[in-house]
Amino acid sequence: MEFFLISLLNGVSYGLLLFMLSAGLTLIFSMMGVLNFAHASFYMLGAYLGYSLNQLWGFLPALVLAPLVVGLLGAAFEKYLLRRVHAHGHVPELLITFGLAYVVLEVVQLLWGRSAVAFAPPAWLQGPAFTLVGGSGASTIQWLWGAAPEAFCQGAVVCSPFPATRAFMMGVAVAMVLCLWALITRTRVGLVIQAALTHPQAVQTLGHNVPRVFMVVFGVGTGLAALAGVIGGSTFVTEPSMAATVGSVTFVVIVMGGLGSLAGAFWASVLIGTVQTLAVAVDLSLTDLWLRLGLPQSASMASGSWMNLTLSQAAPILPYLFLVLMLMIRPKGLMGTRED
Amino acid sequence: MSIHMRWAMCLGVMWVAGLAHAQKGETVKVAWIDPLSGLMAPVGSNQLKSFQFFADKFSQNNPAGVKFEVIGIDNKLSPAESLNALKAAMDQGVRYITPGNGSSVAGALIDAINKHNERNPGKEVVYLNHSAVDPDFTNSKCSYWHFRFDADTSMKMEAMSSFMKDLPEIKKIYLLNQNYSHGHQVAKYAKETIARKRPDIQFVGEDLHPLAQVRDFAPYIAKIKASGADTVITGNWGSDLALLIKAANEGGFNGKFFTYYTGVTGTPTALGKGGEGRVYQIAYNHYNMGGQMAQWMKEFQTKYKDDFYTGSAIHIFNYLSAAMAKAQSTDPVKVAAAMHGLKIKSFNGEVEMRKLDHQLQQTLFMSVWQKADPKYPYNPENTGMTLVPVKTFEPYISSTPTSCQMKTP
Repeated sequence: MEFFLISLLNGVSYGLLLFMLSAGLTLIFSMMGVLNFAHASFYMLGAYLGYSLNQLWGFLPALVLAPLVVGLLGAAFEKYLLRRVHAHGHVPELLITFGLAYVVLEVVQLLWGRSAVAFAPPAWLQGPAFTLVGGSGASTIQWLWGAAPEAFCQGAVVCSPFPATRAFMMGVAVAMVLCLWALITRTRVGLVIQAALTHPQAVQTLGHNVPRVFMVVFGVGTGLAALAGVIGGSTFVTEPSMAATVGSVTFVVIVMGGLGSLAGAFWASVLIGTVQTLAVAVDLSLTDLWLRLGLPQSASMASGSWMNLTLSQAAPILPYLFLVLMLMIRPKGLMGTRED
Repeated sequence: MSIHMRWAMCLGVMWVAGLAHAQKGETVKVAWIDPLSGLMAPVGSNQLKSFQFFADKFSQNNPAGVKFEVIGIDNKLSPAESLNALKAAMDQGVRYITPGNGSSVAGALIDAINKHNERNPGKEVVYLNHSAVDPDFTNSKCSYWHFRFDADTSMKMEAMSSFMKDLPEIKKIYLLNQNYSHGHQVAKYAKETIARKRPDIQFVGEDLHPLAQVRDFAPYIAKIKASGADTVITGNWGSDLALLIKAANEGGFNGKFFTYYTGVTGTPTALGKGGEGRVYQIAYNHYNMGGQMAQWMKEFQTKYKDDFYTGSAIHIFNYLSAAMAKAQSTDPVKVAAAMHGLKIKSFNGEVEMRKLDHQLQQTLFMSVWQKADPKYPYNPENTGMTLVPVKTFEPYISSTPTSCQMKTP
């Protein structure tokens, strides 16, 4: 049971990290109708800037400054490049973000090198946030803050510490969700943004500076990606292929959630994070299913057939499988509203 | 004897001496083809430095009197890129290549070299394998042009299981490996050798994960804990081992780890003070070999602020220079013939390049992660810890039979 809980927590924390990334991506898409291929590159840029600032001034300043700097870069990119090609339609916009992804990758490799950098979380984030005590030796699952004493975790009692970095990741993501939600639904700026999403001309006529709203949204979106980068980079690894790995998954998230839907992106990220983590734990294969149905096993099946592939081995491809299935069954995504 | 006769004899002796050292002063180019980008780049760049370091050392003094030059080419850990790298190396006139990271890459290169050598007589290339340990390369896929200086998985597992059989506390083993030929072989030989020596040990789980892609091992650690395993056997290397160990520390896994590559870049830092007395490594060397090796490692550490662990680089330069002196040539065909069955003294005692399959027969060491002390002082990655040898396996113990039927040209 504590195994399931810990796996669930691992999955949810990974899912929330994905959400920090995809929130900006889906916001930008719903505003401008352009898929920002360079979004994950801003995530990577955030991680690397965070690493350098962390060395200079420590972790907390890095956590604040890196997203600010990257957000400003994102806003500048929107104002001086994206806006210019906007007049020529969506394809040039797509291409310019595609190009930017490569430029960022090469710049990062030039500045910080091709191999991973040692971006360690600060001392106060090392060690467990809490420990789950369970196993066959304990009657119920207990919850202990911090690390459990050595004497406690012996024999049949199993202690599962949950790393503070992950708890921090979850905390920041949840705080971000609340702020975003409050910003969009409870403030004047949020009203303008919502209106500009659907009726940009009308908003413009009412005297609001719609291009500036777009720029701010782009800046905030990339800043959020950078925030995810600082946290993800210090929890996992900071290296040049981090953008490529996480980039493809964020596209899956926003397509599954429904392009442009913030709530959809949230549920899709949590779903994908949990499914990917829990799938690792399942050793079932198609052969097992076959046998459970009472069907006979042939000799070729017993020896190295693809049917012996377990779900845990297939875990890395599950998100993409979901993407294909979702587009087949419900093209507008979980909570999408667009039918086009 | 007239003065003319003496001159003639003198000239004759000089001529013979000159002939005997025809290779003297020649520069031998060795192409190092391994990853310099991606998650395995730290391992690759450490090994490139190691090869360059020992190329310098051996160029100063070796029995053949040749100079060595190492050309590093990034293969991005991809078989396709490695074939391009091989082509690029051959275009630069390289006749000796040394790729080692990833049996996936090694397999493709062995095939390519077999074909190349068959089609281009006079331009043969020799493969000096420093770290790819899939036993197939010296069994079913063995090649006359391939020489392995690491110990293959069958040898390492033979030694590892001999050590594990005397540890009664090992009852349940979990196998976690990378999903490619090397990881598959580790799992296969672990099951085979342990079933033979300790049939009472249970295998409670087995997993294969993608090579050099996993950033978060927490789900695997949760699964290992749930299986009740007290020991994990893994052939993981580089980031795949460092991140696994990091997740194990964070996830509170207290079992033993039996590894191949604890000493490789990144893992010492991930271990830190944790894992004391619980993490083992089976290899043909360890941090505290003493003697000449200790001096070299110290020099390497001061020069590069990095730790030297790829001992097979020393084997390779030892063998090349001994074989070139014996063959009196740097021609790969003659050097390969000279290496075939050659016995030399290296840092881990007498070693032999077995004629049957070109697998180096050598002493292996089981070592364990613990605090560095005056007797075992080497301190990798400033951890204050070290690997201390707990058991030595003479070549006759770890030696395994081969099914190789080598075609000698």
